Amino acid sequence: MADQSHDAVIRCEGIWKVFGGKPQEAISAIQTGGLTKEDIRDRLDCVVGVRDATFSVGRGEIFCIMGLSGSGKSTLIRHINRLIEPTQGAVYIEGRNVNEMGAKELRAVRAEKMGMVFQNMALMPHRNVRDNVAFALEVRGVPEGRRREVARRAIEAVELSGWDHKYPDELSGGMQQRVGLARAIAADPTILLMDEPFSALDPLIRRQLQGTFMELSAELQKTTVFITHDLEEAIRIGDRIAIMKDGVLVQIGTPEQIVTEPADDYVAEFVGGISKLDLVTAARIMQPLGRYEQNHGAADTASWLAAAPSDKLNALVDLAVATDHPILVVADGAPVGVVTKSALLRGIQGRDESCQRQAEVA
Amino acid sequence: MADRFDWLNPFASINLGIGEWADGIKGWAIANRAMIQPLKTFFESVIVRIENVLQAVPPMVMLLILVLIAWQAAGRRVALLVFCCLMVLGLLDPAAWALAMTTLAIVISAVVLCVLIGLPLGIIAGKSDHFERAIRPVLDTMQTIPAFVYLVPVVMMIGIGNVSGVIVTIVFALPPLVRLTSLGIRTVNANVVEAARAFGATPLQILFKVELPLATPTILAGLNQTIMLSLSMVVIASMISVRGLGNEVLRAMGRLDAGKAIVGGLGIVMLAIVLDRITQGLGRSGRDRGHRHWWQTGPVGLIANLFQTSADKEPKPRGERL
Repeated sequence: MADQSHDAVIRCEGIWKVFGGKPQEAISAIQTGGLTKEDIRDRLDCVVGVRDATFSVGRGEIFCIMGLSGSGKSTLIRHINRLIEPTQGAVYIEGRNVNEMGAKELRAVRAEKMGMVFQNMALMPHRNVRDNVAFALEVRGVPEGRRREVARRAIEAVELSGWDHKYPDELSGGMQQRVGLARAIAADPTILLMDEPFSALDPLIRRQLQGTFMELSAELQKTTVFITHDLEEAIRIGDRIAIMKDGVLVQIGTPEQIVTEPADDYVAEFVGGISKLDLVTAARIMQPLGRYEQNHGAADTASWLAAAPSDKLNALVDLAVATDHPILVVADGAPVGVVTKSALLRGIQGRDESCQRQAEVA
Repeated sequence: MADRFDWLNPFASINLGIGEWADGIKGWAIANRAMIQPLKTFFESVIVRIENVLQAVPPMVMLLILVLIAWQAAGRRVALLVFCCLMVLGLLDPAAWALAMTTLAIVISAVVLCVLIGLPLGIIAGKSDHFERAIRPVLDTMQTIPAFVYLVPVVMMIGIGNVSGVIVTIVFALPPLVRLTSLGIRTVNANVVEAARAFGATPLQILFKVELPLATPTILAGLNQTIMLSLSMVVIASMISVRGLGNEVLRAMGRLDAGKAIVGGLGIVMLAIVLDRITQGLGRSGRDRGHRHWWQTGPVGLIANLFQTSADKEPKPRGERL
């Protein structure tokens, strides 16, 4: 953890947020008495928004926070740019404690280091697209000519060229959110905070915007915190995913870890319906070559088709239909494991019956 | 004492002397007259100057200016209506136009002062619940207390004339502007304000770049009400020797001259319609106007279009030309 946090752009340490009159009492009651969220609400008239959230996001990483509505994910993301003050805990942006910043320093960080996209777009209806996009630059006193230039490029990046002088209410929902995205990237921030940016859009436009976002993200390499209530979206977009429930970060891991090793029943129920085809790798479902040979005797692997450990199940299925033999997993030219058809089918189902959890292949 | 005290009607035998105490305000006002005089002369000269300007403009020129303003602010139909109202006003009586300009000068002075006082108060009330709670009963009092009650102390302190008239008008006309400014600030979409904060705007930038522009239609509705209430005060104000259309009505009442009263009254109504339509036109939101700037419509837009070459017009999507 230590070496990861030193490269972390965002580091949240033990964040608690309790709304209501007696937040400190509520925290100690939970920590010592093990009270639930409902107990706190009934006895202390406090609402627990976020409960002891600790995570860090590395440079260029896309970190998804997934949870149902009311799980506290929007509250959590607002701690990163301190739109909400934590009851306890601290947020560090590139090593600097956001919660100890003065008002001026905080505004500078918000305008220059962070761009935020909102679920409800939150565009300014009295400003045209260009002036909306250039807002962060305008509040920093960037001269008009430069502002126009930057805004033009950001608008181009989200494929809205030619709409500069339109007003938000003249745009469709999807286009409005493109403006929201352009506004967030205009000041070239280090960090993107995306608060359910695509949730309010219809499925087709959502996929389109996800595509735009992923292209932009690959190009710009922004450190991103992405909130969503859609696990498939989290898996599509996220490098790592945190599952949030009742203010608690239940599990943090890569999409593959979340899907194959759910931390509890809640997560397991969530990931149950998710297709493993593009998530699970050969490395996870294969049997080491040694154990296979112990069970089945030496095999003539020369005629078997080969796959790489990082190949997804989808690719393995393509191989499997072309051969009657098991599939050989080859890493750096040396065979390391075997994927049998039953293991493949179980892998697609999401159950691994044949093999115990395998150590990751280097 | 006890035998005459009636438990069923205790109020008849209790005298706290509030009336006498309140009368002390009058004494205090008289005692402090000198302090107020420099301020009074200053405001008096401002009002007189406004009136002189309005009177100096020939009626037909003034009529044209008002019609053009109406066209700019609210469109051609309203401009036509304003033209008709002003013609009626002028034709009511040979003296009516001059009286209307006097009244307009008082109303303009009162409204300008209302804006200077009411807008900041409304903004504070919109931001602070405490202040809103504290100021609400004061506003209620200002709106409901009969004008005659504060007419006397004001006259005692300042004397009769235009300045007192303006002050009395402000007391009555200020509350809606404060209330609606506060309402406008409070109803600005919180998400937009949050977004402005997230992008590093200072509180003042949020106020001037987000809250006030979005609250403008509501604030202008308040301004409209303030103007209407100012006009409705002109008859009462004329009791403390404010000249103009109100004075005409008051004098006609004294002489039971119904005809003159109607002339004065109709004049006030015509003036009210004109001011109301113009300020209502201002209050339309950008969306209603099709997102055109004010200089792109009305007479100004017409003239601007004449002088504008096609190159200066709204830039077209570029790309191919580069």
